[in-house]
Amino acid sequence: MSDSTNTIETFANQEYKWGFVTDIEADAIPRGLSEDVVRLISAKKNEPEWLLEWRLKAYRHWLTLTEPTWANIHYPKIDYNDIIYYSSPKSKKDGPKSLDEVDPELLKTYEKLGIPLAERAILAGVAVDAVFDSVSVATTFKEKLKAQGIIFGSFSEAVQEHPDLVRKYLGSVVPTSDNFFAALNSAVFSDGSFCYVPKGVRCPMELSTYFRINAKDTGQFERTLIVADEGAYVSYLEGCTAPMRDTNQLHAAVVELVALDNAQIKYSTVQNWYPGDKDGKGGIYNFVTKRGACRGVNSKISWTQVETGSAITWKYPSCLLIGDNSVGEFYSVALANNWQQADTGTKMIHIGKNTTSTIVSKGISAGHGQNTYRGGVKILKSATGARNYSQCDSLLLGDQCGAHTFPYLEVKNTSSQVEHEASTSKIGEDQIFYCRQRGISTEDAVSMIVHGFCKEVFRELPMEFAVEAQKLLGVSLEGSVG
Amino acid sequence: MSLLEIKDLHAKVADREILKGISLTINPGEVHAIMGPNGSGKSTLAQVLAGRELYVVTAGQVIYDGKDLLEMSPEDRAREGIFLAFQYPVEIPGVSNMYFLKAALNTIRKHRGLEEYDAMDFLNLVREKMKLMEMDQTLLNRPVNTGFSGGEKKRNEIFQMAVLEPRLAVLDETDSGLDIDALRTVAGGVNALRGPERAMIVVTHYQRLLNYIVPDFVHVLSQGRIVKSGGKELALELEESGYAGLGIEDDEEAVARV
Repeated sequence: MSDSTNTIETFANQEYKWGFVTDIEADAIPRGLSEDVVRLISAKKNEPEWLLEWRLKAYRHWLTLTEPTWANIHYPKIDYNDIIYYSSPKSKKDGPKSLDEVDPELLKTYEKLGIPLAERAILAGVAVDAVFDSVSVATTFKEKLKAQGIIFGSFSEAVQEHPDLVRKYLGSVVPTSDNFFAALNSAVFSDGSFCYVPKGVRCPMELSTYFRINAKDTGQFERTLIVADEGAYVSYLEGCTAPMRDTNQLHAAVVELVALDNAQIKYSTVQNWYPGDKDGKGGIYNFVTKRGACRGVNSKISWTQVETGSAITWKYPSCLLIGDNSVGEFYSVALANNWQQADTGTKMIHIGKNTTSTIVSKGISAGHGQNTYRGGVKILKSATGARNYSQCDSLLLGDQCGAHTFPYLEVKNTSSQVEHEASTSKIGEDQIFYCRQRGISTEDAVSMIVHGFCKEVFRELPMEFAVEAQKLLGVSLEGSVG
Repeated sequence: MSLLEIKDLHAKVADREILKGISLTINPGEVHAIMGPNGSGKSTLAQVLAGRELYVVTAGQVIYDGKDLLEMSPEDRAREGIFLAFQYPVEIPGVSNMYFLKAALNTIRKHRGLEEYDAMDFLNLVREKMKLMEMDQTLLNRPVNTGFSGGEKKRNEIFQMAVLEPRLAVLDETDSGLDIDALRTVAGGVNALRGPERAMIVVTHYQRLLNYIVPDFVHVLSQGRIVKSGGKELALELEESGYAGLGIEDDEEAVARV
């Protein structure tokens, strides 16, 4: 990690080598969605015919769908014809011109999180020409991965360079018809990441730093596809702990994971997009479909998420446990502060024999935040000897917030075992006072108690990520007690 | 110079005045017992000294080590050496006792300009202090006070006090809920911490604790005022004649409203 950080900083501190700017792409696509827009996106990306057809099929299906209303979230109606569906690179004209123009609160947060100075400008969306050359940094990583046969890069690149792999797996876990937001994403996705780890290869690094640099402008509709071939292992870190200044209102991403025989995928997310201000104005609507298929025997997919940002989070990273003895895991910390709303959880679909799943969900509500856990455990007839363990805990700060739990269990095989535990607790003023009487500040006390509450999830995160996530929670909860 | 000087302290909770003019001077090395019937304001005094915001000081002054105590936040009071052993120690699920105490100690050390303890130094210190309190080491790894018995909680308070080494310790009904063996252990721990630099305020309803922690001064509180002060023999006098012997009724009306 430190090596790669150094690399980034070195790049960041370099003078910009190409001292001119070419504004190639003005936003050519008008607002709104139509078949023409889908065709235009596909054409701009120079996509093969089959992919265009795939997008169109998704678009036509999307037209027949209505936005889901079952989630415990409330927001004004989204006008899908008032969205610009393609802008690459994202227009920076509206962004702040320098760090001086950025909300000082945001900068203070970066400082507290220990974000390197060079990265702060990027995260804040400052319209500098190029703070550092991310392509070059990316190349350094890519060479190292390539040596092991690992394919890792942007989705658009993969479409050009590995069309067969993309075609084989794209939409195989989340079909275009899956749900309203997934269909929308399939029609208009702009970019994202693609990763393929070949047979028997253990990816030598956490695929994270690359993302932190590269994913900054993947846009509203990103698409991620990760395939671990037989016996392969990969750990993927998505997002970054710093709040991204992003004016987009709607994010609808799709992530698909495929694990073949004896393969393992560990997918960790820290999502800290703009949550809106203290009065609930603004903020990202985050509607994400994430699903992994454990296709092979003894395969394992593990989701770990720390969701502290966005005004609305609608997200259920799930596992299809198809291969015998396959394992699905979901570890989640979701925070809803001020006026944030989170409706998140998982689905574990047990199909193969002796499949096991573990769900650990920790919801924290503060301010006027509303936090909902929604989980589905389905054990099909074929899943002899399946086991599930679910634990959903809620922590409340203050008396204006809410915690809701909706666990759904559907068991069709009598040899299976399903366990569910739930708890709700409250950080009390007496706990805070007790800490303060021992010299610990309110801020540290809240962070300590929250961390204690979340530690079963944090220990699933890669080390340096866990440290940042802990700091992040502390920062996100500032001012919510006392 | 005195360590603590309380001058005509008035405090209320909600809209009810509980402390109605307390004055008390405490020098380093002294142990003062505050006795009184239920509802007399003993615990309120302890909480006000610790800075509990529930209690509002309406008049008077408290000078601690030359500083205006009432201007200080609870955490700053703690960092400056005030320790409250809680009557009802608070449970903090998910946070290990060890982690909690290390965070507390290091914040206090940092405040005093001392180097923070690393895990090894801390463990050595803690082992030594645990022996003093005859505490089971497994308590260190359990969440703060969570699932502790009443005796374990009280013992844990004094253990924390031993680790944090305060200059002024306020023990709020540390004897309540303890059987005689636990009482002896806790008192033993407290006595081991007595020293020329450290002062203590021992708040108790019963004289029993004072057989083990022998005070230098005893003050009797009734209806928010100190009605009598004396040496350790005052406690014995109370034991014989009861509060009624001093003409003090249980402040029942007050109790009912607390």
